Amino acid sequence: MLYREAGQFKTTYAADQQLFPIRQDRLGVIALLAIGFVGVPLFASEYWFSAILIPFLVFSLAALGLNILTGYAGQLSLGSAAFMAVGAYAAYNFQLRVEGIPILVTFIMAGLTAAGVGILFGLPSLRIKGFYLAVATLAAQFFIVWCLTKFPWLSNNSSSGVISTQKMFIFGHEFDSPREKYLLVLSIVVFLSLAAKNMVRSSTGRAWMAVRDMDVAASVIGIRLMPTKLLAFAVSSFYCGVAGALYAFCYLGSVEPDGFSLELSFRILFMIIIGGVGSILGSYLGAAFILLLPIFLDIALPFFANLFGLPFSTATVSHIQVLVFGSLIMFFLIVEPHGLARLWQITKEKLRLWPFPH
Amino acid sequence: MTKIFKPAFAAAAVSLALFAQGATAAEEQFFPIIGYRVGPYGANGQSLFGGFIDYLSYVNLKEGGVNGVKMTWEECETEYNNAKGVECYERLKGKAKASAGPIHPLSTGISYALIEKASADKIPLAMVGYGRTDAVDGSVFPYAFPLVTTYQMQASAIVKFIKDKEKGNLAGKKVVFLYHDSAYGKEPILALEAESRLNKFDLVQIPVAHPGNEQGAQWLKIRQEKPDYVIFWGWGVMNQTAIKAAQKVGFPRDKMIGSWWAGSEEDTVSAGDAAKGYMSATFNVSGKAVPVVADIEKVVYGAGKGNLQDASKIGTILYNRGISMAILSVEAIRKAQEKYGKGKAMTGEQVRWGMENLNITEARLKQLGATNLLPEVKTTCDNHEGSGKVKIQQWDGSKWVAVSEWLEGNKGLIHPLFQASAKQYAKEKGITPRDCAKEK
Repeated sequence: MLYREAGQFKTTYAADQQLFPIRQDRLGVIALLAIGFVGVPLFASEYWFSAILIPFLVFSLAALGLNILTGYAGQLSLGSAAFMAVGAYAAYNFQLRVEGIPILVTFIMAGLTAAGVGILFGLPSLRIKGFYLAVATLAAQFFIVWCLTKFPWLSNNSSSGVISTQKMFIFGHEFDSPREKYLLVLSIVVFLSLAAKNMVRSSTGRAWMAVRDMDVAASVIGIRLMPTKLLAFAVSSFYCGVAGALYAFCYLGSVEPDGFSLELSFRILFMIIIGGVGSILGSYLGAAFILLLPIFLDIALPFFANLFGLPFSTATVSHIQVLVFGSLIMFFLIVEPHGLARLWQITKEKLRLWPFPH
Repeated sequence: MTKIFKPAFAAAAVSLALFAQGATAAEEQFFPIIGYRVGPYGANGQSLFGGFIDYLSYVNLKEGGVNGVKMTWEECETEYNNAKGVECYERLKGKAKASAGPIHPLSTGISYALIEKASADKIPLAMVGYGRTDAVDGSVFPYAFPLVTTYQMQASAIVKFIKDKEKGNLAGKKVVFLYHDSAYGKEPILALEAESRLNKFDLVQIPVAHPGNEQGAQWLKIRQEKPDYVIFWGWGVMNQTAIKAAQKVGFPRDKMIGSWWAGSEEDTVSAGDAAKGYMSATFNVSGKAVPVVADIEKVVYGAGKGNLQDASKIGTILYNRGISMAILSVEAIRKAQEKYGKGKAMTGEQVRWGMENLNITEARLKQLGATNLLPEVKTTCDNHEGSGKVKIQQWDGSKWVAVSEWLEGNKGLIHPLFQASAKQYAKEKGITPRDCAKEK
């Protein structure tokens, strides 16, 4: 009843091809954007900005990048954190070494640098597939972190290899408060998400999906494998690179190579597995689940413990948190192996029939 | 319905009012504790934060707080993860508005991430024996305090120790620097290179990849190099592996000197016999012979308010280190109260002043019952380190024994390195350094 498209007739090609063909979806997205750009900045506290919203957006972007590669083009990668590291260090070095470079250009250059590195490590994908490719990208993960530690030039000879990001100015205005940083990150993420949404339904995206579903068949119908796969690596690394730059500049403010460990790559991989492989929305849902649930449990558990008078120490809470988190992941994967995005899709289909299911 | 609820409401309102009154009547000093008790280094965190909290409880029980101001705290678990550390900081900083004890993140990564934030929020950040070392220059880093001593000064003090052993001459000797290939392990390299130029000894640098539980190749290289000493910068599982590997290739352990994070019971007990004779630097001694440690066991654990679940950890290196950190924090609050009003809770800004004007003399340490627990500490605006002294200790097979007096690193050599680095930071960040001559 709420979600029925009856009566929405499409009379032009433009209307048929729009991003969100159903009016309710359109309104929903507009409302969400309005909340994101206006509602949240008005009401959220500093804690929300710096500890929850900014990391959520940054990791959504990284997950989106990995989802393009793994979910759409079918190339398994374990190097997302390394590409984030490339982005972060590239952005730092562009700011440091190029006089007066605008910060947005820096982010783009960081993305492009990561894309270049991504193409390099994507080359093995032309010959190997599946788990073997995952191992090849694992090499990227270790090589890049080693490289950033090894060559002091990359961290401007910092004695410890830790870089501390520069201030951000756009048209002479300094972005230093958490609210401004949030708005900056949100704008970039929204822009890149729209680009991704369009990309995956363009001929590029369809070529990716064809390669994912069966690369021999794809090449038979005239899709050139090499450019398609490498493009997927490039675009994916671009997204991860920008996410890395935002991670350094807008979230932590200082990063070290060890921070971009394999563990972080796995987290990003889990995000898309939980959220939904091959779904833009899934990247967001997965990032929210992996990132926010532990924080929620961390805050909620002591509260309930107090309520029932249980003697919980912070260590116990941490252990229980891992326990609950792990079981929830298993629960979701058993109930819905295609991720949270699929759950949402099912909900939508049910809503279309509600209240008269046949 | 309303009739029944009215009295309940009234009662609730009254109790709420009483509660509010109670809260304002007694002044409280809040400590945001951003620590870890689980994760890869959880065991270390348990002893350290156990010691820290036990000392705060001790101050509350023994003297009723600092001039009547009770210490309170809330812990947040970071699992040694930078992102979690930032989340914890943001969560606790709201509560730290009215009064804030210094934050001890006990992680170099987290302290780097917090330096700017803490400075913007006016909450002092203490990094005792880790963290951003060029923050020694307080003119650029007003809110960051690498208290007691830094990696560079420690490396320099270790060189001094072996120089004394070699009767004042290191020329032509060979020293291997075996380090954890991370921010932590690389920090002293510049200092060691400067020392090697000054004292004309050969320095061979050998990195070990994290986590360091495989060091066969490195020790083979050490055997080929035949060094006179190995200076060792390990952490976690890497420490016991190195000690065992040294035994395997027959390198004498009493020529092997670790950093202070490679010198706790956790490292040596698990290495067994191999660890006998192994030496390490430390800025606090172990054992219950220190009066304050014994008194904490009596007062705090006697009252059943101890923080450690495993009371056998009392008196270990890391537990005592936690106490040292707490002593520095509480003394800073005491100092701040002298200036801003005794018996009042101090804001982060006021505590910062206290930390910058610490003067913990030998006499004061004696009053605290902490003689020899830690060196004298005297901080100023341009010296946030305050001491730069370490002791060298040796593992005798069952406990750590101090084998040297307090040794100070070569300040004239090391501190200019900090100032140069801090200057570069100020330039990158567009910070105008404070004029320390005008600070008081």
